[in-house]
Amino acid sequence: MIASGLQTTGAHVREVHDDFHGDLLEVSMGPHHPSTHGVFRMQVTLDGETIVKLKPVFGYLHRNHEKLGENTSYLGSMPYTDRLDYLNSMTNNWAYALAVEKLAGQPVPERAEYLRIILAELTRLLNHTCLAGFLLQDSGASGTPLMYAFREREKILDLFESLSGSRMMCNFQRFGGCRTDASPEWLAAAKKLTDGYGAFLDEYERLITGNEILMARTQGVGVLKPDLAISAGITGPMLRATGVDYDLRKVDAYGFYSRFAFRVPLGDHGDTYDRYMIRVLEMRESIEILQQAFRDLPAGPIMDPKAKLRGFRPKTGEAYGRIEGPKGEIGFYLISDGTPNPYRYRVRPPSLINLTVLEDLCLGHTVADAVIILGSIDIVLGEVDR
Amino acid sequence: METTDQLRDRLLARFPGAEISVVTNPGPAAQHSLLLSPSPARDIAVFLRDDPALRLDYCSNVTGIDWPTLGCLEVVYHLYSMALKHGPVILRLRTTNRTDAVTLPSLTPVWRACEFQEREVFDLYGIVFTEHPDLRRILMWDEFKDHPMRKDYVEPDDYEWEPTPHGGVLEKAKRHYPAAPVAGVADPGPASASPATKP
Amino acid sequence: MSDFATTLPTGITEPDRDELRRQGILLTSLEEFYNWGRSNSVWPLQFGLACCAIEMIAASMARFDIARFGSEVFRPSPRQADLLIVSGTVTKKMAPQVVRLWNQMPEPKYCIAMGACAISGGPFKQGYNVLKGIDRFIPVDIYIPGCPPRPEALLHGLMTLQEKIRGQKLTGPDAPRHLRADTTCDYPVPEFGEHDLEPPANSAVWQAPTMMRKEKGQA
Repeated sequence: MIASGLQTTGAHVREVHDDFHGDLLEVSMGPHHPSTHGVFRMQVTLDGETIVKLKPVFGYLHRNHEKLGENTSYLGSMPYTDRLDYLNSMTNNWAYALAVEKLAGQPVPERAEYLRIILAELTRLLNHTCLAGFLLQDSGASGTPLMYAFREREKILDLFESLSGSRMMCNFQRFGGCRTDASPEWLAAAKKLTDGYGAFLDEYERLITGNEILMARTQGVGVLKPDLAISAGITGPMLRATGVDYDLRKVDAYGFYSRFAFRVPLGDHGDTYDRYMIRVLEMRESIEILQQAFRDLPAGPIMDPKAKLRGFRPKTGEAYGRIEGPKGEIGFYLISDGTPNPYRYRVRPPSLINLTVLEDLCLGHTVADAVIILGSIDIVLGEVDR
Repeated sequence: METTDQLRDRLLARFPGAEISVVTNPGPAAQHSLLLSPSPARDIAVFLRDDPALRLDYCSNVTGIDWPTLGCLEVVYHLYSMALKHGPVILRLRTTNRTDAVTLPSLTPVWRACEFQEREVFDLYGIVFTEHPDLRRILMWDEFKDHPMRKDYVEPDDYEWEPTPHGGVLEKAKRHYPAAPVAGVADPGPASASPATKP
Repeated sequence: MSDFATTLPTGITEPDRDELRRQGILLTSLEEFYNWGRSNSVWPLQFGLACCAIEMIAASMARFDIARFGSEVFRPSPRQADLLIVSGTVTKKMAPQVVRLWNQMPEPKYCIAMGACAISGGPFKQGYNVLKGIDRFIPVDIYIPGCPPRPEALLHGLMTLQEKIRGQKLTGPDAPRHLRADTTCDYPVPEFGEHDLEPPANSAVWQAPTMMRKEKGQA
């Protein structure tokens, strides 16, 4: 077999060895289920409480993003990218802007690149904080951790709102720069938030990380092996939790990430606990990046003066641009035929591709574990189904 | 990493019978790609994955494209190497036509990352991947018959006239709604004749 | 129900009631009391569809605190819920499930269409898989525009719904659905067709607006 990690038989049904067992039970979890993070559905086959087969079902939020992108101008697709992964609109904007800039050969001024890094790292803080809250919610700590997470989220959203005018759907990046400049007051507020974020993480970790129940529920649950992770195209914190050192901020060094000193946290076991810890450690590195960015932020324009916004028509060609989003590699593949609309507009969704291994992670575990494994994969349905 | 031309020459030396050509990208991105004939594609993919100088162990992105002008459907694979941290190498596979000969070899046995993405291409473009472990519709429902991402797909005519139309919306509104009566001419009747509004 | 149950005794005005309340006497009608009770404990269904769901969660968190309005009890089961907040884009693949959830909720039940997508398809209106408004299949009580609406907008929508509940009559022709014999509380669930949902809309609750297209230059 040439496959790596693929079971070509299709059915992953575990052999049942004990004599005392009943029939297999099929359970449909979703699309309306409190723990599936939106309209995601899992068709689970159970032997007792143990999962012997799990098939994800997609499409309940298929909003035809790619078709709309083909019928809209390049700039007109920017607000749609906000709604892909609606927790992280800033990084989606950046990935799309990067792809179009590659397509058109458009340079970006230095200050805009720094602003992009600041906003992307704030988004990473926001996403990972929310993930930690939702993961704990899924494992039964109803309320409190999520309240803490959303308290911090509101602070970051206030920053986004004062800069871009919208809490969630920022629509901030442009081809060749950013839409509005950050005022000194905004930067001071953002720096204050960054300086205080470490204290929040300390508080949160005191509350959560050493918690015995969390460890019992997550350690050794949903172990992902590195070779399967690579073959299945897993990216982001989920990949790095298995110990594979692949962070596009280092590998591609897009933007000005090569100027920043930061470490890439790697996991050891690839289990749910590692996936949680990787995010906490990444948040601490993001704080480092943010502090360097506030220190080194240069003055200057935020928009390339030659950049064209209206009547933007890139030359015939194609480009694939990708960045390290909080959930993994988010990429845009654009084909231009010289008209104002892209001929093909493709989104590479990290959430969807990270779900490839969901069945492998869940086999042999209980339904309750499947819920936290899904929570630790960190999906957003707007991006899974597009 | 070697250039696309060097890679093509090396592949031709290794797979003498295969048809491999370089598709030049005229844009500033200059990401050139390799157009493969379908039959040896999977062997070439295994070679690309296992070759020690390339180690393209990570298939990032699978894209379906409809080319009515070329009369074919196309799949594009973006390959990177996590081991050697380079890329992308871009592979293109084309079907013979857009109607009945739409079969391509699945690369899911080589890179499992293709599993859901190839299902998506099958769903939205109608390309049939042989030896895909689970080729079903992924985004649309199973009863659905069309392939909506094709350029000639006609969507259900189911939304009403908008007061501020533009481009395509105006065209649809013209098909959908009668023009306002000119003074002196009888009322053409309500717009309920549209298919969406029939009970 | 008799008039006694639904209307205050004649001759007693609002100032009189205030005066009585100050003396520790609460004078009310059954209708008013009943509506007051249920308007202050509207339990929503814990049901998120898309982006708006995140703002719905934010509304239930500490900063906006939907508990101030008695609606913090998000029920995972439709059998225990009074309010369906359609928070996000309803796709055609999801529409039958939304209608089914609505049918499973016991009367009296209310529906809030939260966000542009739930109202009309919003920015995704031109999508082939997007339902152009949930009101094509189920009756909507409150529409909240926005993409996504802020949590404050959701709170305002909830308060508007509470006002609507408080104003409902228990008898007569304006009585709500669940108190009338001539209406059904069951809405047909659309089927998956080969090209579209079948039927694409429920004509009992939704009619396409009749509009005339004006040619250029036409007065």
